[in-house]
Amino acid sequence: MIEVENLTKYYGRFMAIEDISFSIKKGEIVGLLGPNAAGKTTTMRILTGFLPPSSGTARIAGYDIRDQSLEVRRRIGYLPETVPLYTDMSIWAYLNYSARLRGLSKAKRNERVEAAIDLCHLQDYADVQIGKLSKGFRQRVGIAQALVHEPEVLILDEPTIGIDPIQIKETRQLIKRLGKDHTIILSTHILPEVSMVCQRVIIINEGHIVAVDTPDNLSLRLGGSGRLQIDVRGPLQQVTVALRRLAGVSEVVCEGQDNRGRYLVTCDADKDLREEIAALVVRQGWGLLDMQTIGLTLEDVFLKLTLREDL
Amino acid sequence: MRNTVAIAGKELRSYFASPIAYVVITVFLVVTGLFFYYGLHDFPYEATVRHYLAPFYFQLLVVMLASVLTMRLIAEEQKTGTIELLLTAPVRDLEVVMGKFLSALAILVVMLAITLYYPLLMYWFGSPDSGPIFSAYLGALLMGAAFVALGVFSSTLSANQIVAAVVSIGVLSLLLLFDWIGEEVGGDAGGVLGYLAFPNHYEDFYRGIIDTEHLIYFLSFIAVSLFLATRSLETRRWR
Repeated sequence: MIEVENLTKYYGRFMAIEDISFSIKKGEIVGLLGPNAAGKTTTMRILTGFLPPSSGTARIAGYDIRDQSLEVRRRIGYLPETVPLYTDMSIWAYLNYSARLRGLSKAKRNERVEAAIDLCHLQDYADVQIGKLSKGFRQRVGIAQALVHEPEVLILDEPTIGIDPIQIKETRQLIKRLGKDHTIILSTHILPEVSMVCQRVIIINEGHIVAVDTPDNLSLRLGGSGRLQIDVRGPLQQVTVALRRLAGVSEVVCEGQDNRGRYLVTCDADKDLREEIAALVVRQGWGLLDMQTIGLTLEDVFLKLTLREDL
Repeated sequence: MRNTVAIAGKELRSYFASPIAYVVITVFLVVTGLFFYYGLHDFPYEATVRHYLAPFYFQLLVVMLASVLTMRLIAEEQKTGTIELLLTAPVRDLEVVMGKFLSALAILVVMLAITLYYPLLMYWFGSPDSGPIFSAYLGALLMGAAFVALGVFSSTLSANQIVAAVVSIGVLSLLLLFDWIGEEVGGDAGGVLGYLAFPNHYEDFYRGIIDTEHLIYFLSFIAVSLFLATRSLETRRWR
C-alpha cells in the first residue's frame, strides 16, 4: 500500500531524513517512532505531498507522490502535527468543508460527517465553534477530519499528543478499530503506545531508520524485562555484592543510606531474575520492601540501538 | 471548479463571521457617501458618479481596503497551519488561489453594489446619463479586482498578515504614483512607467469610454497577479 524508496530531504544544508526506505502492507498499522527532530514529521509531510523530497520517492496505492500527487492526496487522510483547524467554524461546518475539499457529494457528505462525528464521540458538540474547544477536543476533531472521506491510508502525526489519559485510551482504541479497514501510519514518541496499537514499528533517529520490526520482537531483542528496581532493608555493601554475584546480572547501581537501599539491577537479555532475587533476599534474612520492572524507555531503546551494531 | 466554489464559499462565510467585511464595507460607504454629498453640494447641476468614483482619494481608498481584505487569505493559513489541510487535499493550487480571489472579489462587488443607490437617487431627482455610470462602475470593478488579485499574491508571500498588507499597499501605491513619476522622468522610461500606472487606464472609464486597451490592462493585471500567486503557492512547497 505504501512503498517508500530512498527518501531524502534536505532543508538547505540541514539533513532532515536520508535514504529512508520501508513498505507497508494493506491493513497494517505501523508506528513511526523517534525522538523530536528525528524526521517523523518530515517523512509524513512528504508522503502527503505537502513537501517534496530532495531525492527518492514513494508510492501510495500505486501512485507516485511526485508525479501523481492529486491521486495520492485523494486516497489519504492526514492529521498534521499542528491540527489544522479553522477556529471560526463549528465542528460540523469544518468537517463538511474538509469532506467537500476531498470531493464528496452533498448527500455523501452529510452521511460521512455524521459518521465521523459519531466515531470521534463529538455528537454533543457538533455545533460548537472550534475556537471554544479544549485541546483534547481539537485533537479529536483533527482525527475526524482525517477520516471523514474514508481514505485508504491514514497518516497521523502524533495523534495522542496533548490529550488526557482517558481520551488517549479512547483514541488508541479508535485507531485500532480503524486499522481494520484502513492502512495506518502514525508517529509517536511514546514507546508503550506503539506496542499497544501498532503491528510494526519503524524507529527513526537523526533522519535514519535504525530498526523495523514488530513491537514484541523489538523489546525481546532489546532485552526483555530489562531492569529491576528493588528496595531492600539490609547492609548496603553486602546486598550489592550478593546481587552482583547472581548469574545474569550485568550491573547493579545502589543508592540509599543506613540499612535501606534502592538498587537498580540491569539484567541480561531475556532473563527474568525476579524470583531468584526475592529468594536471595529472604535467604539472607534481609527485607524485600519493593520490586518493580522498569520498562524500556525510549532513551534506552536508542542507547541500545545506537550502541549495539549487531541489531 | 467545484473546489474553487467550496473555498470561495468558506472564505466568504468567514469574512462575515469576523468584523472585517462589515468594517471594510462601512468605511467604504462612509467615504464614498461623503464624496457623493460634497460632489453634489459643490456641483449641483452635474448628475454624475464621477463625484465619488473618480477622485485620487477614492483610488487610494480602494488600494487600502483591497489590501486589508486580502491580507489574511493565505497568510493566516500559513500562520495557523491550516495550509497543511488545504495543500494535502486533492485541490489544485490554482483552485485555491481562485477560491480566495473570488471571495474577496465578492465583497468588492457587494461594496460597489450598495453604492448603486447614489445613482438611483440621481435618477429619482434628475436624468443622469446611463452610459458613463455603467462604464465608471465597470472601471471601478476592474480596478478593484486587479487590486484584490495583487493582494492575494502578496498574501502568499508571508505568514504575517501585516507584511502581506504592507507589500500590497506598497506595490499598488507605487503603481499609483508611476503616473506622476513617469511624467517627471519623461522619454521612453517615463512612457513605460506611465503605461504601468493604473490611474491612466482607469480615467477613461469614468469619463464614459470603454477602451479595449484599458480592459486588456486590467484583465492582464488580474491574470498576472493570480498566476504569480499560484506559482508562489507552489514554490511554498519547495521552500
